[in-house]
Parts: sequence; C-alpha cells; structure tokens
Amino acid sequence: MVKSVLGVNHQGLSEWVIQRISAVLMVIYIISMMFYFVMNPNLSYAEWHYLFSRDWMKIATLLFMVSLSFHAWVGIWTVLTDYVKPYVIRAILNFFVLMMLITCLLWGMLILWSV
Amino acid sequence: MNHTRLKNLNLFTIHFPLPAIVSILHRISGVVLFFLIPFILWGLALSLTSDGFEMFQEWANLFFVKLTLLILFIPFCYHLIAGIRHLLMDIHIGTSLAVGRQLALWTFILSIFLLFLIGVWIW
Repeated sequence: MVKSVLGVNHQGLSEWVIQRISAVLMVIYIISMMFYFVMNPNLSYAEWHYLFSRDWMKIATLLFMVSLSFHAWVGIWTVLTDYVKPYVIRAILNFFVLMMLITCLLWGMLILWSV
Repeated sequence: MNHTRLKNLNLFTIHFPLPAIVSILHRISGVVLFFLIPFILWGLALSLTSDGFEMFQEWANLFFVKLTLLILFIPFCYHLIAGIRHLLMDIHIGTSLAVGRQLALWTFILSIFLLFLIGVWIW
C-alpha cells in the first residue's frame, strides 16, 4: 500500500493531488467562460443574469470557487513555508490567509445564491 | 593550492536558467492572483446587479479602465500557461533539459499571445 511506503505523514502527496485536480477543474471552467464571452459579444445584463440564475452554473461556479480556495491555500502555504522562517509569524500569516479564503468562499456562495 | 581554475563572478554574465525564471514568476503571479480574489468577487457581485452592470459598461469605454484590466490579466495569463506547463511536466513532457528550455520559452510566447487575444477582446 502507498500509505505503508510513505508513512503516516504522507509528506505532501494529498496537497500535490489537490493542487493538480483543482488546477484542471479551474482550467475547464476558465476555457468554458472564455468561449461564452467570445460567443456572446455585446453581452446584455439579462443574458448575464440568466446564466448565473441556472442551478448548473451555480454548481459549476461553486466548484470553481472551492477549487480556487484549496489551490490558493496550498500555494500560499508553500510560499510562506519557503520564505517565512519564524514559526509564530508564519502561523499568524497562515491563519489570516485561511480566514481570508474562507470569508471569500462564503461571500462567493452568498453572491451566487442571491441571483 | 590551485589558483588557476576559471572564475566567473561577473553578475551581468550569470543568470538563472530560463526554466527557473518561469518557475519563480509562476509563484509571484500566483501570489498576485491571491490578492486579486476579493476584487474579482466584488466585480462579480456588482456585475450581477443591473446598476452595477450598467456602471461596468460605462467604465469599459474608458481607456484607463481597459488598460488596468489588461494589466490585471498579465498574472492571470502567465499563471494559466505556466500551470499548464507544470501539468505537462507531471506527465513527463518536458523533463529533459532541451525540451524543458523550449517549454519555458513557449510559456512566455503563449502567455503574451493569450494576453494579446484578451487585449483584442477588450478593445
């Protein structure tokens, strides 16, 4: 089993997987949105509002937001781990990053479900 | 002691290999995008109200708004293309030195091309 090879501390395997899966999901969403914008020049408010009123769009966008949150969390955590050496300062910064991402995710959900 | 070995300490002739520059810029652009998250959410929230949508339509005619938008797309385009390069390397494409250098160069070419397309779309 993989677990017995890598030990209890899997040393970043799940972070690695999260970063890749979230990246692929976001690329699919971004390419789809680019197509939408190219196919709809002179986009009207009604069309834009209608798009986000659909349940599948809410779910797709929510998946994007969740992916972005995990992706940003792993990314910023890696950067802080590399460049901020004092443990206490790093822990405080990590805490603020986590709070910001959670706040943004909740805010995003509020925006989506108020349409 | 051997004092005849070659030394090159001229910083103007020493530089990071291209793949290393691609890598550090991927990090920097990622951090910039992280700080843009709340502003993008603010934009999304406003664009989904009729007043906000109208306001953005008016702003979209202003040159400086277009320019700012294009500048904000720089880290986006770069991070997207450099990220795809990363995924290619995960499936062992571009892990040799020669192909790695080519991929690094293509990262810059394709991000600039994508930015150009977005610029055309904005204007």
